Amino acid sequence: MSTTPIVPTTTDPKAGDELARGREAEVGTKAKRVKRRLTSRGATVAALIIAVIWTIPTFGLFISSFRPAELIQTTGWWTIFQNPGFTLDNYSEVLFSSSQSSPQLGSYFVNSLAIAIPGTLFPLVLGAMAAYAFAWMKFRGANWLFIVIFGLQIVPLQMALLPVLSMFTTFLRPLQNTLHDVIPIIPEQNYLPVWIAHTMFGLPLIIFLLHNFISEIPGEVIEAARVDGASPGQIFFRIVLPLALPAIASVAIFQFLWVWNDLLVALIFSGGTADVAPLTQRLAELTGTRGQDWQRLTAAAFVSLIVPLIVFFSLQRYFVRGLLAGATKG
Amino acid sequence: MTTADLLGKILQVVGGLAIFAAIIGLLFFFLDKAPKRGKDWVQLFVFLAPALFLLILGLIYPAIRTSLLAFTNSRGEFNGADNFVWMFTQPAILNTLLNTVIWVLLVPIISTTIGLAYAVFIDKSRGERFYKALVFMPMAISMVGAGIIWKFVYDYRQAGDEQIGLLNQIVVWFGGEPVQWLQTSPINTFLLIIVLIWIQTGFAMVVLSAAIKAVPTEQLEAAEIDGTNAWERFTNVTLPGIRGSLVVVITTISIATLKVFDIVRTMTAGNFDTSVIANEMYTQAFRAAEPGRGSALALVLFILVLPIIIYNVRVMRKQREIR
Repeated sequence: MSTTPIVPTTTDPKAGDELARGREAEVGTKAKRVKRRLTSRGATVAALIIAVIWTIPTFGLFISSFRPAELIQTTGWWTIFQNPGFTLDNYSEVLFSSSQSSPQLGSYFVNSLAIAIPGTLFPLVLGAMAAYAFAWMKFRGANWLFIVIFGLQIVPLQMALLPVLSMFTTFLRPLQNTLHDVIPIIPEQNYLPVWIAHTMFGLPLIIFLLHNFISEIPGEVIEAARVDGASPGQIFFRIVLPLALPAIASVAIFQFLWVWNDLLVALIFSGGTADVAPLTQRLAELTGTRGQDWQRLTAAAFVSLIVPLIVFFSLQRYFVRGLLAGATKG
Repeated sequence: MTTADLLGKILQVVGGLAIFAAIIGLLFFFLDKAPKRGKDWVQLFVFLAPALFLLILGLIYPAIRTSLLAFTNSRGEFNGADNFVWMFTQPAILNTLLNTVIWVLLVPIISTTIGLAYAVFIDKSRGERFYKALVFMPMAISMVGAGIIWKFVYDYRQAGDEQIGLLNQIVVWFGGEPVQWLQTSPINTFLLIIVLIWIQTGFAMVVLSAAIKAVPTEQLEAAEIDGTNAWERFTNVTLPGIRGSLVVVITTISIATLKVFDIVRTMTAGNFDTSVIANEMYTQAFRAAEPGRGSALALVLFILVLPIIIYNVRVMRKQREIR
């Protein structure tokens, strides 16, 4: 960095202002002195404006979801004080009403969960096993294979959709039909194709992320267990997985949100009925067919947002870590 | 949803998880029982084969197959480069390609710029974490949800009626006529682009904020003692210090932008000249029963992403050599 060109100028009035502001802290530690760096008044105002612009759209939808239908349709949400009104009807309607015209989100909510939980666990376990193999087992072509997997995580899903769908129709469909014949309570359209699709598409990223972490586990720990006579299964489940838990948590959250928020995989593999389709698919359908039913759409949108938002605000640290490491997926 | 439905769903999940656990358990059981000789190979197989099998079946083989399908017609017969000729001669599809270019030019640059500015503005300020959460939140929600949020902002009511969409209300406040935003080309494409910028800015901001904090304070102080002002310190010290992160952010957002599908699907379904490659691929392959054309579009998407894949692989190989 010694080449960084630095223009020597005399202290200008703006910098002086910053100095004065910095003196308020007065403690004079390094960190405190850096604090005044760029915190000018203009910057604060600009940050505030960005923050407001970024929040208002969500906020408006949130307010509207609690307003009675006739008010949503005739007045802007920003006139809430002139046109007050509060109701939970929108939520009870979209979630529990069984009338034909209602979105009936209850079953789709269950579907989203039923897709996302196995859709996270399956690839996580298989991915962790593969990551362990790449990190701790020596075999020819390991390096090359790992690079292929790394590249696969960026390949657009569009490249896989058609052939995978025709494969499913040929091999999975008969199995689903048999399952329905044996256990009638399980519909012909079941979660199997969506689970398998999410498992296949999630693996490259999960293997890559977990490999980085698992390869940093101290080798002595694994060696000591082996000397003590632990089986490969015991070493993996009792030692490797617990040690990799922080990384697994990040990856799990990332994969969970990815599956929960996915629309493309659902559209192609779920069949679109209330038996399988997740919330996102239902919402996309509603915006198409009932694009003006804002009392329903606003509440429905928030029903689908609530789980990601809870995950985001309670597990933000893990979420950020997973996201930063794996944002190229898809 | 009847109780039987719910029961069926729970049964599926519990049964699915149980069968999965049983398969894994069985694999490890046989691994333990394997003869001493060749145990290493059995072990490697048990750990690696399931994932590898799924990757070949779910990504590698399909990708090859899609590349071949791109050269067939709707009946599956080889038709040379017809699909590509179609793509580059059909005005609607040319528009789709042009839109994709507009998306990929605007979204990475604008969201990175705003994200960087915001990260600098709030750096070390009071309530930094709160400020970050506000802008980062859109990253956690689905693009379908984001689409609905913004569709509400763009909503249209006839002139004279009270507006319920914020954008039209602002237009009216300034004395303008309300506009059917999403139906009006070409502005609708830019309004959809705003949604993705809204989502990706948070990502840029969080990555770049971490990078800014890693710039050594000594350098900044040295520059300050030399009498530079804040802007000079930013361009001469901070910016060179975060160059690596900037490249990561821009390539990552570019990939996400090339693949954008949900936003377009939810907000306009690609109508009114707003379609992009990923959406058109879906329409052709799964709605119009033209798998050949859909595959050709997927292939174009893949070719657009390919340089980024190669670049990333090279960077990773370099990192692995260092280790």
